[in-house]
Amino acid sequence: MESSYETALELDLPRAMLERATSAGEWNLILPVVIALMAGALLAMIRHSRGSQVGFSVLAVLAIIAVELDLFFQVLELGPVAMTMGNWLPPFGISFVADTMSVSFALAASLVTLVVLIYFQAEIVPREVRHGFYPLVLLLLAGVTGAFLTGDLFNLYVWFEVMLIASFGLLIIGGRKMQLDAAIKYGFLNFLATTFFLVGLGYMYGLIGTLNMADIALVAGQADPAPMTAVAALFLLAFGMKAAAFPVNAWLPASYHTPDAAVSALFGGLLTKVGVYALLRIMVALMPASRELFDPLLTGIAVLTLILAPMGAIAQTNLRRAIGFLVIGGIGAVFAGISVPNVLGIAGAVFYAFHSMLTMSAFYLVAGLVERVTQATDTRHMGGVYAANSLISILFIVLVFAAAGLPPFLGFWPKMLIVEATISQQDWILMSAVLINSLLTSIAGSRLWAHIFWRPGRDGANSEVPNDHLRELNSTEKRMALSAVCVLVGFIVILGLLPNLLFNAANFSAMDLLNPQSYITSTGIETGTSLTGETQ
Amino acid sequence: MTEMLMAPFIGMFFASAVYLILSKSVIRMLLGITILGNGVNLLIFTMGRVTREIPPIVPAGLKQPVGDIANPLPQALILTAIVIGFALFTFLLVLGYRAYQELDADNTDNMRLAEPANPPQPPLNY
Repeated sequence: MESSYETALELDLPRAMLERATSAGEWNLILPVVIALMAGALLAMIRHSRGSQVGFSVLAVLAIIAVELDLFFQVLELGPVAMTMGNWLPPFGISFVADTMSVSFALAASLVTLVVLIYFQAEIVPREVRHGFYPLVLLLLAGVTGAFLTGDLFNLYVWFEVMLIASFGLLIIGGRKMQLDAAIKYGFLNFLATTFFLVGLGYMYGLIGTLNMADIALVAGQADPAPMTAVAALFLLAFGMKAAAFPVNAWLPASYHTPDAAVSALFGGLLTKVGVYALLRIMVALMPASRELFDPLLTGIAVLTLILAPMGAIAQTNLRRAIGFLVIGGIGAVFAGISVPNVLGIAGAVFYAFHSMLTMSAFYLVAGLVERVTQATDTRHMGGVYAANSLISILFIVLVFAAAGLPPFLGFWPKMLIVEATISQQDWILMSAVLINSLLTSIAGSRLWAHIFWRPGRDGANSEVPNDHLRELNSTEKRMALSAVCVLVGFIVILGLLPNLLFNAANFSAMDLLNPQSYITSTGIETGTSLTGETQ
Repeated sequence: MTEMLMAPFIGMFFASAVYLILSKSVIRMLLGITILGNGVNLLIFTMGRVTREIPPIVPAGLKQPVGDIANPLPQALILTAIVIGFALFTFLLVLGYRAYQELDADNTDNMRLAEPANPPQPPLNY
C-alpha cells in the first residue's frame, strides 16, 4: 500500500488519497452514527431480554448526545468540520460534514429520542419489545443522524432508506389492523419519494459528474441550467413528499396517529424534518440558481400548506390526526422561510424546523397521556381532563401556544424571523399567510383544549355531566411518561425565554447555507475546479 | 449508441410503472414499484454509458472518465440501490400480504380503517 502510494508520487499523478490516517479527535463527527448503528445491532441481538435493553439504549443515546454537544460547540466556535472516509480525498471519498444546522438538528433528534425512550416505559408492551422496538428506535436515530451529517448525496439517499425501513418497522410494530392500513399508504408514498430522489441524483451525476455536496455547490452553477432545473424539480418533489408539504402530504395524516403515542412522537419530531433539512441543504445551499427559479412555486406551496393544514386540524375529531395536521402547518412555515432568500428567512426556517422537532414530539407525547387518561382517541369522547389532571392541561396549552407561535414560547421567535423576512421582501401574501397560520393554529389548538380539558363531560347532550370514563395515571405513567414530557416542555419553555443561543445558531446556519464557502473549505475540496477540469 | 436504444426502454418502464401504481389493487401497485425501481436503476446505469473493453481511467484533473468509456461509479451506485430497493420491496410485499389477510382487502378503496370514509362532523359547540 505504502509503496504503491510512493510510486504514484513518483509518477506525478494528481493527489487522490490522504497521506495520514484521520486523527482520533476528528472521529467525533462520525461517532453519533457509529454509536447508534452499533447499539441498534447489539440491541437486536439481546432483544429477548427486556430489562437490559432499556438501560443500554438510554446509555447509547446519552453517549450520542454527549458527542453531539461536543461537536455543536466545536462547530459554533470553528465553523463547519468535515471528514472523508477511507483516506480518499473528496470528491472521491464519502464526506461527513457538520455545520451548525446539521449538528443542532442531530442534537434535537437525539434529545427527542431520549425523551421518547423514557416515555415508552409507561406504555411498554412486552410483545413490541420482543419484536425489536429498541433496535428499531436506535436504527431510526442512526438514519436520521446520518442524513443530517452526511456530505454526499448518494449517502443521503442511503440514510433515507435506513430511516425508512426502521420507520416501517416501528409503524407496524403493534400489528393492529389500523396500523397495517396506515403502513401501506406510508410505505408506498415514502418509497416513491426516495425513488424520485434517486432519479434526481442519477441525473445529477450524469450532468456534473459528482455527488459530493461541497463539490456540487462549486460546479452546479456551471452546468446546463435546463436539465439542472429538471433535477431540482425532482428533488423538490421528493423532499416535499418527505416533508409532507401541501399537495403531497396525504400520507402523514393517514399514518401518524395509528402507532403508539411514543412512536408517533418520534415520527412527528424526526421524519418530516429530514425532508426539510434536505430541502434547505440542497435547494438553498447547493442549487441556489434553481431555487430562485422555483421561488413562485415554493411561495405557493408555503401559502397553501400554511392555511390548509390548520384548517384540516380544525376539522378533525381524532386527537392525534389533528396534531398531524399541525405538523404539516409547521412545514408550511419552513417553506415560507425557504422561499424568502435572505438570512432572516433561512434563519427562520432553520429555527422553525428545530422548534418543530421538539414541540411536535412533545405534542404527540401529551396526546398519548390524554388518551391514557380519557381511554379514547377521539376528542368527542373526551372531556373533563382539567379537573382530573390539570398538569396535562397546562402542558397541552403551552404546546398549543408554542406551535401557534405566540410569545414568549419557542415558536414565536422563528415565526418572527420569517415574518420580518417577508416584510423585507414586501411579500404581503406570504406574510399574511404566516400570520393566518398562527391564528388558525391557535383556533385549532384551543378548540382541542376546550373539548378535551375545559368542558366537564363528553360530546353531545350531556356535555355538562362529568365524564365518568376518566382514570388516574398509575405510578409508572406519572414517574416515566409525565416527568419525561414535563422535562421536554420545560426545555421548550426555557429555550423560548432564552432564545439567544438558538438565534445565534440559526444565524450561523443561514449564513453558511447562503454562502457555502466555509462548508466547501472544510471538506478540503480543491476550490476552483470546474466541469472541464481546468483550474480557474 | 446503445444509450439511445436504452432511453425508450427506460421510458416504457416508467410509463408502465406509473400506470400500475395508479391502480387500486395493492398487488398491481407492488408490481409497479418493482418496475419503477428497475427503470430507475437502468436509467442510472445508462447515465454511465453502456460500452466495454476500455479501462475506466479518470484523466488527470477530472472527476469522471470521459469519452466512450463506461463509468463504473453509476454501476456501483445501482448495486447499492438494487439491494436497498429489493429489501424494501420484500417488506412491502409481506405488508401487502398481511394487509390482505387482516383487512381482507386488496383494494385500497376498502382500506379505510385509519381514515374513515365518512368522518364524523366535528363538534359545533363547546
